[in-house]
Amino acid sequence: MPDAPGLELIAQELNGAAEGSVLGTYHEHGQGCLIVNPERILDVLGWLRDTPGQEYRFLSSLHGVDYLPAEPRFGVVYELLNMPRVERLRVRAALADPGGEELPELDSCVSLFAGAEFHEREVYDFFGILFRGHPDMRRILMPEEYVGWPQRRDFPIGGEPVIFTRNEPEMPRWYE
Amino acid sequence: MKREKLRAHAPLEEPPAPTDLRVRQLRARDLLRGDLEGPDLERHVEESLLMTTMHKATGWGRANSIFPATFGLACCAIEMMSIVGPRYDIARFGAENLRASPRQADLLILSGRVAVKMAPVVRRLYDQMLEPKWVISMGACSSSGGMFSNYAVVQGADKFMPVDVHVPGCPPRPEALMYGINKLQRMILGRPDPGWRQRYNAYGTEEWAREATGDATREEIEAYAAARELAANHEATRSVATRGSRS
Repeated sequence: MPDAPGLELIAQELNGAAEGSVLGTYHEHGQGCLIVNPERILDVLGWLRDTPGQEYRFLSSLHGVDYLPAEPRFGVVYELLNMPRVERLRVRAALADPGGEELPELDSCVSLFAGAEFHEREVYDFFGILFRGHPDMRRILMPEEYVGWPQRRDFPIGGEPVIFTRNEPEMPRWYE
Repeated sequence: MKREKLRAHAPLEEPPAPTDLRVRQLRARDLLRGDLEGPDLERHVEESLLMTTMHKATGWGRANSIFPATFGLACCAIEMMSIVGPRYDIARFGAENLRASPRQADLLILSGRVAVKMAPVVRRLYDQMLEPKWVISMGACSSSGGMFSNYAVVQGADKFMPVDVHVPGCPPRPEALMYGINKLQRMILGRPDPGWRQRYNAYGTEEWAREATGDATREEIEAYAAARELAANHEATRSVATRGSRS
């Protein structure tokens, strides 16, 4: 893993190569994370993949996060891995919620990492984040006619309330 | 004294004497030869016939040769698979032959949670099965959603298909599933177990026993009336049957 100074070096070099791409860094539990501008995500991932000395050539995971009260609301997290050095680097694109029916958009990284295709479909399925340039932007796990983005924090959990005779008298209407 | 009283109420049947058996054997041989005639023939036919209704006979046949579909949904399927093995041996009840096609099966065991994406598939499988067909909902998840009280799992399989027997448990032990199959057999025979109603003496609380309320449609009123009529007929035949066996 790059340590904290190494992470700062990567951030500096990245900001030199692609102006204004890195918004912040943090280093926690031995793992570094770059918070990047979502408009420049392809530049950042391409630079990390192809620059000699970096060469994070494997995308081990891509996932979405909803930080609801926080702003910007969404995050798309890329876990990069350098196989020969066994070094991991996390890149997080902070996405604002456009509000209303509109979905947040982000450039697809399928052109850089072909394995991201299903991951991006899953993020779209559960968080409603659109990936521009994705070859097949459909739901992957939920039924195609499903309405809503079920892993968002403001999505109702669903299911049915169950009343137990044990806790109903002491906590009336506890399930609400 | 007490024993005699019992005998007077329900006379014990004498076991057939060995000579009797021999006589019957000889009579059967004569019948096959074509030598049996007159009152002997009449008596032989009377002794070897069993009178029943077509309905009961088919029910008996169906109940003792259930063909479950090979269809596992989740972890309950592991328990379902073990009932056909030698340790639990559902073959004792004639249901060991799991069919790999819904066209050949007459029992669908919903063994696990039904996801919203799976529900149309399950429903199509059920529709493809030929009549008569039955469904056992096995475990908490397929009966009520169980621990998966969320957006992805159907909260009870009877929201999209009819279910005959619910087997509780998470997962139910194989014995529990076999008990459920036994209950289903009794339903197929036309003698469903009253279940908890027997214990709490709560007859007449069945859904079909309800009167249709004011805002019921004409179809609902007719359906309730038909169900009550059916149940009344069933009760009448059953009480006649029990009275008959006692006297």
